[in-house]
Amino acid sequence: MITPPPKTTSFYWELFKSTFLISAFTVGGGFVIVPLMKAKFVDGYHWFEEKESLDLVAIAQSAPGVIAVNTAIIMGYKLAGLQGALVTILATVLPPLITLTIISSCYETLITNNYIKIVMKGLQCGATAIILDVSIDLIRKELNKKLLLPCLIIIGTFIANYVFKINIMYIILFDALIGFLFLKNPKYN
Amino acid sequence: MLLLQLYWSFFMVGIFCVGGGYASMPLIQAQVITQHNWITMQEFMDIFAISQMTPGPIGINAATFVGTKIAGLPGAIMATMGFVTPSLIIMIVLARLFFKYGNVGALRGILNGLRPAVVALLASALIVFLNVTLWGSENSSINIKDIDIISLVVLITAFMACRSKTPGVIQTLAASGILNLVLHLIAK
Repeated sequence: MITPPPKTTSFYWELFKSTFLISAFTVGGGFVIVPLMKAKFVDGYHWFEEKESLDLVAIAQSAPGVIAVNTAIIMGYKLAGLQGALVTILATVLPPLITLTIISSCYETLITNNYIKIVMKGLQCGATAIILDVSIDLIRKELNKKLLLPCLIIIGTFIANYVFKINIMYIILFDALIGFLFLKNPKYN
Repeated sequence: MLLLQLYWSFFMVGIFCVGGGYASMPLIQAQVITQHNWITMQEFMDIFAISQMTPGPIGINAATFVGTKIAGLPGAIMATMGFVTPSLIIMIVLARLFFKYGNVGALRGILNGLRPAVVALLASALIVFLNVTLWGSENSSINIKDIDIISLVVLITAFMACRSKTPGVIQTLAASGILNLVLHLIAK
Protein backbone atom coordinates (compact mmCIF):
# COMPACT_ATOMS: atom_id res chain seq x y z
CA MET A 1 0.00 0.00 0.00
CA ILE A 2 1.26 3.45 -0.93
CA THR A 3 0.62 6.01 1.76
CA PRO A 4 1.33 9.59 0.67
CA PRO A 5 2.93 11.19 3.72
CA PRO A 6 1.26 14.18 5.44
CA LYS A 7 3.35 17.35 5.21
CA THR A 8 4.04 17.70 8.90
CA THR A 9 7.20 18.73 10.69
CA SER A 10 7.80 15.14 11.72
CA PHE A 11 7.57 14.07 8.06
CA TYR A 12 10.20 16.62 7.01
CA TRP A 13 12.40 15.50 9.88
CA GLU A 14 11.94 11.85 8.87
CA LEU A 15 12.76 12.75 5.24
CA PHE A 16 15.84 14.71 6.29
CA LYS A 17 17.05 12.08 8.73
CA SER A 18 16.73 9.12 6.37
CA THR A 19 18.30 10.97 3.43
CA PHE A 20 21.11 12.28 5.64
CA LEU A 21 21.90 8.81 7.00
CA ILE A 22 21.78 7.21 3.56
CA SER A 23 24.15 9.86 2.23
CA ALA A 24 26.43 9.53 5.27
CA PHE A 25 26.73 5.77 4.94
CA THR A 26 27.13 5.70 1.17
CA VAL A 27 30.80 5.21 0.55
CA GLY A 28 32.23 5.22 -2.95
CA GLY A 29 29.82 7.67 -4.49
CA GLY A 30 27.51 7.65 -7.44
CA PHE A 31 25.00 4.97 -8.14
CA VAL A 32 25.07 3.33 -4.70
CA ILE A 33 22.62 5.81 -3.24
CA VAL A 34 19.91 4.82 -5.73
CA PRO A 35 19.23 1.29 -4.43
CA LEU A 36 19.56 2.59 -0.87
CA MET A 37 16.93 5.29 -1.38
CA LYS A 38 14.73 2.82 -3.18
CA ALA A 39 15.04 0.36 -0.28
CA LYS A 40 14.23 3.06 2.26
CA PHE A 41 11.48 5.05 0.54
CA VAL A 42 9.73 2.25 -1.37
CA ASP A 43 10.23 -0.84 0.80
CA GLY A 44 10.66 0.90 4.15
CA TYR A 45 8.26 3.86 4.21
CA HIS A 46 6.00 2.92 1.24
CA TRP A 47 6.08 6.53 0.08
CA PHE A 48 6.44 5.52 -3.60
CA GLU A 49 5.48 2.74 -5.89
CA GLU A 50 8.46 0.84 -7.17
CA LYS A 51 7.73 1.66 -10.81
CA GLU A 52 7.40 5.34 -10.01
CA SER A 53 10.73 5.35 -8.15
CA LEU A 54 12.38 3.83 -11.23
CA ASP A 55 10.82 6.49 -13.45
CA LEU A 56 12.24 9.17 -11.15
CA VAL A 57 15.69 7.54 -11.20
CA ALA A 58 15.50 7.34 -15.01
CA ILE A 59 14.87 11.09 -15.16
CA ALA A 60 17.63 11.77 -12.62
CA GLN A 61 20.04 9.61 -14.59
CA SER A 62 19.37 11.30 -17.91
CA ALA A 63 19.89 14.86 -16.63
CA PRO A 64 23.26 16.55 -16.12
CA GLY A 65 24.69 16.54 -12.61
CA VAL A 66 25.47 13.82 -10.11
CA ILE A 67 22.92 11.03 -9.96
CA ALA A 68 22.88 10.89 -6.15
CA VAL A 69 22.00 14.58 -5.92
CA ASN A 70 19.54 14.44 -8.82
CA THR A 71 17.75 11.42 -7.35
CA ALA A 72 17.49 13.07 -3.95
CA ILE A 73 16.10 16.27 -5.49
CA ILE A 74 13.46 14.61 -7.63
CA MET A 75 12.31 12.25 -4.87
CA GLY A 76 12.06 15.13 -2.38
CA TYR A 77 10.22 17.23 -4.97
CA LYS A 78 7.78 14.42 -5.68
CA LEU A 79 7.08 13.93 -1.97
CA ALA A 80 6.74 17.55 -0.88
CA GLY A 81 7.40 20.03 -3.69
CA LEU A 82 10.19 22.60 -3.53
CA GLN A 83 10.46 22.33 0.26
CA GLY A 84 10.92 18.58 -0.05
CA ALA A 85 13.61 19.06 -2.70
CA LEU A 86 15.46 21.56 -0.50
CA VAL A 87 15.29 19.19 2.47
CA THR A 88 16.66 16.21 0.53
CA ILE A 89 19.37 18.22 -1.26
CA LEU A 90 20.59 19.62 2.07
CA ALA A 91 20.52 16.15 3.63
CA THR A 92 22.49 14.70 0.71
CA VAL A 93 25.11 17.43 0.64
CA LEU A 94 25.76 17.86 4.37
CA PRO A 95 27.45 14.50 5.14
CA PRO A 96 30.18 14.87 2.47
CA LEU A 97 30.50 18.57 3.32
CA ILE A 98 31.04 17.82 7.01
CA THR A 99 33.30 14.80 6.43
CA LEU A 100 35.50 16.54 3.90
CA THR A 101 35.82 19.67 6.02
CA ILE A 102 37.06 17.51 8.90
CA ILE A 103 39.25 15.36 6.69
CA SER A 104 40.96 18.24 4.95
CA SER A 105 42.08 19.47 8.39
CA CYS A 106 43.53 16.15 9.58
CA TYR A 107 43.99 14.40 6.27
CA GLU A 108 47.32 12.66 6.95
CA THR A 109 46.28 11.05 10.24
CA LEU A 110 43.01 9.74 8.88
CA ILE A 111 44.18 8.29 5.60
CA THR A 112 46.83 6.22 7.35
CA ASN A 113 44.55 4.93 10.14
CA ASN A 114 44.01 1.23 9.62
CA TYR A 115 40.85 0.85 11.71
CA ILE A 116 39.05 3.57 9.79
CA LYS A 117 40.04 1.89 6.54
CA ILE A 118 38.67 -1.45 7.76
CA VAL A 119 35.31 0.01 8.86
CA MET A 120 35.05 1.81 5.50
CA LYS A 121 35.71 -1.47 3.74
CA GLY A 122 32.91 -3.05 5.79
CA LEU A 123 30.51 -0.31 4.73
CA GLN A 124 31.46 -1.03 1.14
CA CYS A 125 30.65 -4.74 1.58
CA GLY A 126 27.25 -3.83 3.07
CA ALA A 127 26.48 -1.42 0.22
CA THR A 128 27.38 -4.08 -2.34
CA ALA A 129 25.05 -6.55 -0.60
CA ILE A 130 22.18 -4.04 -0.74
CA ILE A 131 22.77 -3.34 -4.44
CA LEU A 132 22.82 -7.09 -5.05
CA ASP A 133 19.52 -7.49 -3.17
CA VAL A 134 17.78 -4.63 -5.02
CA SER A 135 19.17 -5.71 -8.42
CA ILE A 136 17.90 -9.26 -8.01
CA ASP A 137 14.39 -8.04 -7.16
CA LEU A 138 14.28 -5.54 -10.03
CA ILE A 139 15.63 -7.90 -12.66
CA ARG A 140 13.28 -10.67 -11.57
CA LYS A 141 10.30 -8.34 -11.74
CA GLU A 142 11.26 -7.05 -15.16
CA LEU A 143 11.74 -10.61 -16.51
CA ASN A 144 8.47 -11.81 -14.97
CA LYS A 145 6.55 -9.38 -17.16
CA LYS A 146 7.62 -11.63 -20.06
CA LEU A 147 7.85 -8.77 -22.55
CA LEU A 148 10.55 -9.19 -25.18
CA LEU A 149 11.66 -5.61 -25.85
CA PRO A 150 12.30 -4.49 -22.25
CA CYS A 151 14.38 -7.65 -21.72
CA LEU A 152 16.37 -6.87 -24.86
CA ILE A 153 16.93 -3.33 -23.55
CA ILE A 154 18.27 -4.73 -20.27
CA ILE A 155 20.67 -7.10 -22.02
CA GLY A 156 21.71 -4.58 -24.68
CA THR A 157 22.24 -1.76 -22.17
CA PHE A 158 24.24 -4.00 -19.89
CA ILE A 159 26.55 -5.16 -22.70
CA ALA A 160 26.94 -1.63 -24.10
CA ASN A 161 27.79 -0.24 -20.67
CA TYR A 162 29.77 -3.03 -19.04
CA VAL A 163 31.50 -4.73 -21.97
CA PHE A 164 31.92 -1.92 -24.50
CA LYS A 165 32.09 0.98 -21.98
CA ILE A 166 29.96 3.18 -24.23
CA ASN A 167 29.20 6.61 -22.75
CA ILE A 168 26.05 6.34 -20.62
CA MET A 169 24.53 9.43 -22.24
CA TYR A 170 24.50 7.78 -25.69
CA ILE A 171 23.03 4.59 -24.24
CA ILE A 172 20.26 6.52 -22.49
CA LEU A 173 19.43 8.54 -25.60
CA PHE A 174 19.25 5.33 -27.60
CA ASP A 175 17.00 3.58 -25.06
CA ALA A 176 14.78 6.66 -24.84
CA LEU A 177 14.46 6.61 -28.64
CA ILE A 178 13.50 2.93 -28.61
CA GLY A 179 10.92 3.63 -25.92
CA PHE A 180 9.58 6.61 -27.86
CA LEU A 181 9.22 4.53 -31.04
CA PHE A 182 8.09 1.14 -29.75
CA LEU A 183 7.00 1.21 -26.09
CA LYS A 184 4.04 3.62 -26.10
CA ASN A 185 1.57 0.76 -25.67
CA PRO A 186 0.14 0.86 -22.10
CA LYS A 187 1.02 -2.80 -21.59
CA TYR A 188 4.63 -1.64 -21.15
CA ASN A 189 3.71 0.79 -18.34
CA MET B 1 34.79 37.95 -5.05
CA LEU B 2 36.71 34.76 -4.54
CA LEU B 3 33.59 33.16 -3.10
CA LEU B 4 31.61 34.11 -6.20
CA GLN B 5 34.36 32.72 -8.39
CA LEU B 6 34.23 29.42 -6.49
CA TYR B 7 30.45 29.33 -6.82
CA TRP B 8 30.60 30.03 -10.54
CA SER B 9 33.38 27.51 -11.26
CA PHE B 10 31.51 24.68 -9.60
CA PHE B 11 28.24 25.86 -11.14
CA MET B 12 29.89 25.28 -14.54
CA VAL B 13 31.10 21.84 -13.45
CA GLY B 14 27.56 21.03 -12.30
CA ILE B 15 26.01 22.01 -15.63
CA PHE B 16 28.39 20.09 -17.82
CA CYS B 17 28.80 17.07 -15.58
CA VAL B 18 26.99 14.53 -17.74
CA GLY B 19 27.09 10.81 -17.18
CA GLY B 20 27.86 10.27 -13.53
CA GLY B 21 30.48 11.01 -10.91
CA TYR B 22 33.71 10.13 -12.65
CA ALA B 23 32.67 12.13 -15.69
CA SER B 24 32.98 15.27 -13.56
CA MET B 25 36.69 14.72 -12.90
CA PRO B 26 38.08 16.22 -16.12
CA LEU B 27 35.69 19.17 -15.72
CA ILE B 28 36.84 19.82 -12.17
CA GLN B 29 40.43 19.45 -13.27
CA ALA B 30 39.93 22.02 -16.04
CA GLN B 31 38.29 24.56 -13.72
CA VAL B 32 40.27 24.09 -10.56
CA ILE B 33 43.79 23.21 -11.72
CA THR B 34 44.19 24.45 -15.27
CA GLN B 35 42.17 27.63 -15.09
CA HIS B 36 42.51 28.85 -11.51
CA ASN B 37 45.50 26.99 -10.05
CA TRP B 38 43.55 26.51 -6.83
CA ILE B 39 45.04 23.07 -6.04
CA THR B 40 47.87 20.90 -7.39
CA MET B 41 47.49 17.74 -9.44
CA GLN B 42 48.72 15.71 -6.46
CA GLU B 43 46.02 17.15 -4.21
CA PHE B 44 43.48 16.44 -6.92
CA MET B 45 44.47 12.77 -6.97
CA ASP B 46 44.24 12.70 -3.18
CA ILE B 47 40.67 13.97 -3.41
CA PHE B 48 39.93 11.07 -5.71
CA ALA B 49 41.37 8.60 -3.17
CA ILE B 50 39.43 10.19 -0.32
CA SER B 51 36.23 10.06 -2.35
CA GLN B 52 36.57 6.31 -2.58
CA MET B 53 36.34 5.95 1.17
CA THR B 54 34.12 8.81 2.30
CA PRO B 55 30.44 9.48 1.73
CA GLY B 56 29.21 11.50 -1.21
CA PRO B 57 29.87 11.93 -4.90
CA ILE B 58 33.32 13.02 -5.98
CA GLY B 59 31.98 16.33 -7.29
CA ILE B 60 30.80 17.42 -3.84
CA ASN B 61 33.94 16.11 -2.19
CA ALA B 62 36.08 18.09 -4.61
CA ALA B 63 33.96 21.21 -4.13
CA THR B 64 34.31 20.98 -0.36
CA PHE B 65 38.04 20.25 -0.44
CA VAL B 66 38.87 23.05 -2.87
CA GLY B 67 36.50 25.50 -1.18
CA THR B 68 38.00 24.81 2.27
CA LYS B 69 41.50 25.24 0.97
CA ILE B 70 40.79 28.52 -0.85
CA ALA B 71 38.40 30.24 1.54
CA GLY B 72 37.68 28.07 4.59
CA LEU B 73 34.20 26.92 5.49
CA PRO B 74 32.38 29.69 3.56
CA GLY B 75 34.35 28.59 0.50
CA ALA B 76 33.32 24.98 0.99
CA ILE B 77 29.67 25.96 1.28
CA MET B 78 29.73 28.27 -1.75
CA ALA B 79 31.52 25.72 -3.95
CA THR B 80 29.10 22.96 -2.95
CA MET B 81 26.08 25.18 -3.51
CA GLY B 82 27.46 26.11 -6.93
CA PHE B 83 27.84 22.45 -7.80
CA VAL B 84 24.25 21.50 -6.90
CA THR B 85 22.39 24.60 -8.13
CA PRO B 86 22.18 23.45 -11.78
CA SER B 87 20.91 20.04 -10.62
CA LEU B 88 18.21 21.67 -8.51
CA ILE B 89 16.97 23.85 -11.37
CA ILE B 90 17.12 21.18 -14.06
CA MET B 91 15.55 18.44 -11.92
CA ILE B 92 12.63 20.63 -10.84
CA VAL B 93 11.89 21.60 -14.45
CA LEU B 94 12.04 17.95 -15.51
CA ALA B 95 9.95 16.83 -12.53
CA ARG B 96 7.23 19.36 -13.35
CA LEU B 97 7.20 18.19 -16.98
CA PHE B 98 6.99 14.60 -15.79
CA PHE B 99 4.16 15.17 -13.31
CA LYS B 100 2.21 17.16 -15.91
CA TYR B 101 2.83 15.10 -19.04
CA GLY B 102 3.90 11.79 -17.45
CA ASN B 103 0.91 9.97 -18.86
CA VAL B 104 1.18 11.33 -22.38
CA GLY B 105 2.03 8.49 -24.77
CA ALA B 106 5.36 9.78 -26.04
CA LEU B 107 6.85 10.54 -22.62
CA ARG B 108 5.41 7.32 -21.22
CA GLY B 109 7.16 5.47 -24.06
CA ILE B 110 10.48 7.15 -23.32
CA LEU B 111 10.25 6.23 -19.64
CA ASN B 112 9.21 2.68 -20.52
CA GLY B 113 12.46 2.49 -22.47
CA LEU B 114 14.54 4.05 -19.71
CA ARG B 115 13.22 1.93 -16.84
CA PRO B 116 14.83 -1.32 -18.06
CA ALA B 117 17.94 0.74 -18.85
CA VAL B 118 18.18 1.84 -15.20
CA VAL B 119 17.93 -1.80 -14.12
CA ALA B 120 20.75 -2.73 -16.51
CA LEU B 121 22.98 0.15 -15.40
CA LEU B 122 22.42 -0.90 -11.80
CA ALA B 123 23.45 -4.47 -12.64
CA SER B 124 26.54 -3.14 -14.38
CA ALA B 125 27.46 -1.01 -11.36
CA LEU B 126 26.86 -4.07 -9.18
CA ILE B 127 29.50 -6.10 -11.02
CA VAL B 128 32.06 -3.34 -10.67
CA PHE B 129 31.22 -3.14 -6.97
CA LEU B 130 31.51 -6.90 -6.45
CA ASN B 131 34.88 -6.73 -8.17
CA VAL B 132 36.16 -3.87 -6.02
CA THR B 133 34.74 -5.35 -2.81
CA LEU B 134 35.96 -8.91 -3.22
CA TRP B 135 39.13 -8.50 -5.29
CA GLY B 136 40.28 -5.03 -4.33
CA SER B 137 40.19 -3.22 -7.66
CA GLU B 138 37.98 -2.65 -10.63
CA ASN B 139 40.35 -4.24 -13.11
CA SER B 140 41.76 -7.09 -11.06
CA SER B 141 41.62 -10.54 -12.60
CA ILE B 142 38.78 -12.53 -11.11
CA ASN B 143 40.45 -15.50 -9.55
CA ILE B 144 38.69 -17.50 -6.83
CA LYS B 145 41.99 -17.99 -4.99
CA ASP B 146 42.57 -14.25 -4.60
CA ILE B 147 39.17 -13.54 -3.13
CA ASP B 148 39.12 -11.53 0.11
CA ILE B 149 37.52 -14.05 2.49
CA ILE B 150 36.55 -11.60 5.25
CA SER B 151 34.90 -9.25 2.75
CA LEU B 152 33.04 -12.23 1.30
CA VAL B 153 31.76 -13.22 4.74
CA VAL B 154 30.59 -9.66 5.50
CA LEU B 155 28.97 -9.40 2.07
CA ILE B 156 27.07 -12.68 2.42
CA THR B 157 25.94 -11.85 5.96
CA ALA B 158 24.70 -8.44 4.84
CA PHE B 159 23.01 -9.99 1.81
CA MET B 160 21.16 -12.52 3.97
CA ALA B 161 20.09 -9.71 6.27
CA CYS B 162 18.72 -7.85 3.21
CA ARG B 163 16.83 -10.88 1.95
CA SER B 164 15.19 -11.37 5.34
CA LYS B 165 13.83 -7.79 4.93
CA THR B 166 14.05 -7.24 8.71
CA PRO B 167 16.86 -4.72 9.33
CA GLY B 168 16.76 -1.35 7.59
CA VAL B 169 19.34 -0.15 5.10
CA ILE B 170 21.26 1.96 7.57
CA GLN B 171 21.40 -0.73 10.26
CA THR B 172 22.70 -3.18 7.63
CA LEU B 173 25.45 -0.77 6.57
CA ALA B 174 26.52 0.14 10.09
CA ALA B 175 26.54 -3.52 11.16
CA SER B 176 28.66 -4.41 8.11
CA GLY B 177 31.26 -1.84 9.12
CA ILE B 178 31.41 -3.20 12.67
CA LEU B 179 31.40 -6.85 11.57
CA ASN B 180 34.32 -6.20 9.23
CA LEU B 181 36.31 -4.58 12.04
CA VAL B 182 35.53 -7.44 14.46
CA LEU B 183 36.48 -10.11 11.92
CA HIS B 184 39.76 -8.34 11.15
CA LEU B 185 40.59 -8.11 14.85
CA ILE B 186 39.83 -11.83 15.32
CA ALA B 187 41.87 -12.78 12.25
CA LYS B 188 44.82 -10.89 13.66
